[in-house]
Amino acid sequence: MSLVRFYLSNSREVLGLLGQHVLLVLVSTAIAVAIGVPVGILLTRRPSWRRPVLGLANVFQTIPSLALFGFLIPLPLLGGIGARTAIVALVVYALLPIIRNTYTGIAGIDPAIREAGRGMGMTDGELLRLVELPLAASVILAGIRVATVVGVGTATIAAAIGAGGLGVYIFRGVAVVDDRLILAGALPAALLALAADGLLGLVERRFAWR
Amino acid sequence: MTDVLQVSGLRYELGGRGTRDGGRVLVDDVSFSVGAGETLVLLGRSGSGKTTTLKLINRLLEPSTGKVVVAGRSAAAVEPHRLRRGIGYVIQDVGLLPHMTVEQNVGLVPRLEGWTPARIRERVRELLALVGLAPAQFAARRPHELSGGQRQRVGVARALAVDPPLLLLDEPFGALDPITRAELQREFRGLEGRLGKAMVFVTHDVREGFLLGTRIGLMQAGRLVFLGTVEEFRRSVHPEVRAFLEAAA
Repeated sequence: MSLVRFYLSNSREVLGLLGQHVLLVLVSTAIAVAIGVPVGILLTRRPSWRRPVLGLANVFQTIPSLALFGFLIPLPLLGGIGARTAIVALVVYALLPIIRNTYTGIAGIDPAIREAGRGMGMTDGELLRLVELPLAASVILAGIRVATVVGVGTATIAAAIGAGGLGVYIFRGVAVVDDRLILAGALPAALLALAADGLLGLVERRFAWR
Repeated sequence: MTDVLQVSGLRYELGGRGTRDGGRVLVDDVSFSVGAGETLVLLGRSGSGKTTTLKLINRLLEPSTGKVVVAGRSAAAVEPHRLRRGIGYVIQDVGLLPHMTVEQNVGLVPRLEGWTPARIRERVRELLALVGLAPAQFAARRPHELSGGQRQRVGVARALAVDPPLLLLDEPFGALDPITRAELQREFRGLEGRLGKAMVFVTHDVREGFLLGTRIGLMQAGRLVFLGTVEEFRRSVHPEVRAFLEAAA
């Protein structure tokens, strides 16, 4: 009950932080898609690059998020205090599932289907656009969904470097040992993650052939 | 009359010397020609090089040596995708794209060729009717909503879309039940006469070969060991021909 009262009396701040949070996740996921999907496609064309590239993305994934934020702060251009640094870190985390799923989605297509497309006279570009991407769409979208859901969680830590978002409440709550404050940040973040998961799951299903 | 397809001295050797299959010869010195209105049936056991020969014609595989001439032009001189758009290609079962409707599948090559949507629509309707599928009923379906026989009909319609002079068919009826197969074979025989295309039809079924072929080419271990009419095939004393005839008797 007291949580409801907290939201009512701080509605402007809550909505502001929620907005920041959503923006952090949207921008970072969009950038990660713009990088990750082409990289994943490239890996299907250059199989020998697969191990090093996925390995590198994997290494980034293992860096604890708080530490990665810390590492980024002193860097020129990418670093500093604020949303830009947070977005860079979130992009780094989102890349692996997107690259990996783009690669597996396309590599998993029955070679006979690819050959049928080529046999009909498709160029490489047409094959990618008309056959490979549509058939891999649900797998690629699953990767984007995972990246988004993880991003919503990781973005709470962005508050530690002054990027705002719902993590502000969590850090404040931890600092003053106030469960209600922690919950005020954690609960909407969790709901946001669920909403993103459900929404993207619906889109994904539209692309499930057969 | 010039031949639509001329194949001479075709040879295909697997690359990668030193690897396990390196240097293996899958197709060896194969020559034949096919004219308009003629169907050459390539017969042979599994692994005899029939499918490889087809893929060497539309350059899904590049010949090691030999020459392929389609409609008077050397296949090697044309960009592969341009060459393939001028050759109808029908394969067993998996040929249709699962994420496209029947209409989109049949209209695919016209679309690649930049036809207007209205013209594509018109052509798709015409072709579906030609292969015995009511356009109103089937145009919007996806391949998984069709029976095996219907899928193969769509495959034939698609291969005919831009009216190519040459059709390559790789066991198009191989995956069908015997009754549907007989039905499609009968209809296909009717189509052959009406269309006047040059066709190369790969099968391992002698009876199918007799029914649909103007001539039979028998392949064994990558070589064309017999080439002649159905009558000549029946009279041949070549041991591989006899083996096929006995198996069918």
